[in-house]
Amino acid sequence: MAAVHGDAHSHGHDDHHPSGIMRWVTTTNHKDIGTMYLWFSFTMFLVGGFLAMGIRAELYQPGIQILEPELFNQFTTLHGLIMVFGAIMPAFVGFANWQVPMMIGAPDMAFARMNNWSFWLLPVAATLLVSSFFVPGGAAAGGWTFYPPLSVQGGLGVDLMIFSVHILGASSIMGSINIITTILNMRAPGMTLMKMPMFVWTWLITAYLLVLVMPVLAGTVTMLLTDRHFGTSFFNAAGGGDPVLFQHVFWFFGHPEVYIMILPAFGIVSEIIPTFSRKPLFGYSSMVYATASIAILSCVVWAHHMFTAGMPTVGQLFFMYATMLIAVPTGVKVFNWTATMWQGSMTFETPMLFSIGFIFLFVLGGFSGVICAIVPIDIQVQDTYYVIAHFHYVLVSGALFALFAGAYYWIPKWSGRMYNETLGKWHFWLSMFFFNLTFFVQHFLGLAGMPRRIPDYNLQFADFNMISSIGAFGFGLTQLLFLYIMISCIRSGEKAPQKPWDGATTLEWTHLPSPAPYHSFEKPPVVN
Amino acid sequence: MVSNTDTKANNLMKKKLLIFALIMFVFGFALVPFYEKFCEVTGVNNLLQPDIRVKENRVDEARWITVELDANTRGLPWQFKPLQSSVKIHPGEPVDVMYEITNNSDREINGQAIPSYSPRNLEKYLKKFECFCFTKQVLKPNETRQMPVQFVIEPDLPPEIHTVTISYTFFELPGGASAIRK
Repeated sequence: MAAVHGDAHSHGHDDHHPSGIMRWVTTTNHKDIGTMYLWFSFTMFLVGGFLAMGIRAELYQPGIQILEPELFNQFTTLHGLIMVFGAIMPAFVGFANWQVPMMIGAPDMAFARMNNWSFWLLPVAATLLVSSFFVPGGAAAGGWTFYPPLSVQGGLGVDLMIFSVHILGASSIMGSINIITTILNMRAPGMTLMKMPMFVWTWLITAYLLVLVMPVLAGTVTMLLTDRHFGTSFFNAAGGGDPVLFQHVFWFFGHPEVYIMILPAFGIVSEIIPTFSRKPLFGYSSMVYATASIAILSCVVWAHHMFTAGMPTVGQLFFMYATMLIAVPTGVKVFNWTATMWQGSMTFETPMLFSIGFIFLFVLGGFSGVICAIVPIDIQVQDTYYVIAHFHYVLVSGALFALFAGAYYWIPKWSGRMYNETLGKWHFWLSMFFFNLTFFVQHFLGLAGMPRRIPDYNLQFADFNMISSIGAFGFGLTQLLFLYIMISCIRSGEKAPQKPWDGATTLEWTHLPSPAPYHSFEKPPVVN
Repeated sequence: MVSNTDTKANNLMKKKLLIFALIMFVFGFALVPFYEKFCEVTGVNNLLQPDIRVKENRVDEARWITVELDANTRGLPWQFKPLQSSVKIHPGEPVDVMYEITNNSDREINGQAIPSYSPRNLEKYLKKFECFCFTKQVLKPNETRQMPVQFVIEPDLPPEIHTVTISYTFFELPGGASAIRK
């Protein structure tokens, strides 16, 4: 980890910080904290990936070979929880920590001490979550959405999960407060709201969504906890509660949550596409409004996750149309990215490849989302592999590909060194191939009726499952290549110039050397 | 680095956002009564509330429906049974049936019955005016109680349905609590 900043020392003017491990424990520097967020999320990505490999290994053939059904359920549950709360979300917060202050010309985050706190809560929560595998009864096994009654009945593992979600929620809320305050109060002179880079805009809106819905999730898991241990009956039908209420409250958080995971991805892609098209972003202000409309709409569509849970037809119609409406601002974004590339002098370095891959595959995932929004079809595909395929297309080839794109794009600024372009391209093409091998066939499995979260399946599904598993193993191994590329870049990559991408226009490229000094913009730049 | 006025503005912003987060936490809990009220007003999910008696009752004397009565307990030492296993009725006619519970243990127990109907959507046509499931039942050690259920099955019941089942399951209320309001 320390290698990331190996060169930063020579640039620092007055960076008297402790060295060794205490540097990282006590740091309040946004760049250090961003680095820790990114390494943490990559570690959790490997843990969640290991669980995914276990799931796909079990599903390689019909029958039970490797994982007993109980353990399989724990694997699927923790895979979801770890990837959502441990990998994707902290990775975006890591990007925000590194990039937001540099892109708006601020010296650091608004609340540096709180920033340190929000990071160091994460390893605690992750430890609780992962250690729940080793308590009697094992980890939570009722799915990452932890619906009652299963989550009311489960063992100690569920309690650990609940505490873990509490801590992760607290961390996210603190992180968002920090980001909102930094963006609203600490922009360089001349940097008006409508001049902010798109990445900063998407994070501002995401942070508001987080403050809006994370406390609701905290309330939900608190109700679950009191139902389990203190005799309340929020979700316990026997005591007059209602399990369907849980689903409503959970998805009131859960749907904005999926946009929390994708809006910053939109932001990263909106930085990269203009850079490598050597044109300004097409329709900047429409991009801002589209992001805001997606965020607002995301709060009124939650019940499309529950069409089969029992709902009046009027309700189903409302949630169906509201959901389909989200395709409009999303379409505006896709149009703008395409129009940005139109007649641009494009080059295809790794960040650009991942961004174009993102647009292509995210649109596929978006379309299957619109299909799932249609009530009669949703009732058919509810809880099948079609849904699995849909949300992996938006979360893996959406959020994760954007994270890779961002990592390749900004690593020269962060480490002062270039990554190996050939290997980066290999990483992209292998990811692209194996991702589609894994998840495209799952559409067919779902349409044919294969249910999710079951360790065994009918013989008719055998071939597609084998293809999907082979793809998953390939995709998993490919990500080790990413780890290798990043480490060798940080250790021994070629020295990067201040602005290695000639189309880049944001402050971190135009005003700061590579690697970015430990303390940047102590005197704010003037933006005109 | 950051001037004093900036810190002040930042702290104010932090305070506002923290309060907003706190409000949203409370809002999560406020969704519970809101949800219950919403279900009550829209008539979704009102299994545990009495229906309003309609004045004129159209009785379809040409049609017979068999109502099977079922009783279960889950996790409490009670004996629970209907006094008649089934009744034959005309749609539209008010029916009274009796259930009996006995507390076989030597401690006082609070129980709550939760109804379940078959076929699906029967609750649209079933109007209940009196039921032991509307309140919690408290039984002293070895006490026996007989309890009526009064209901009407409306004549709009689809004609292909000849047999319906009304089932109750008694659950023990932990710590004597009940979320059901009278």
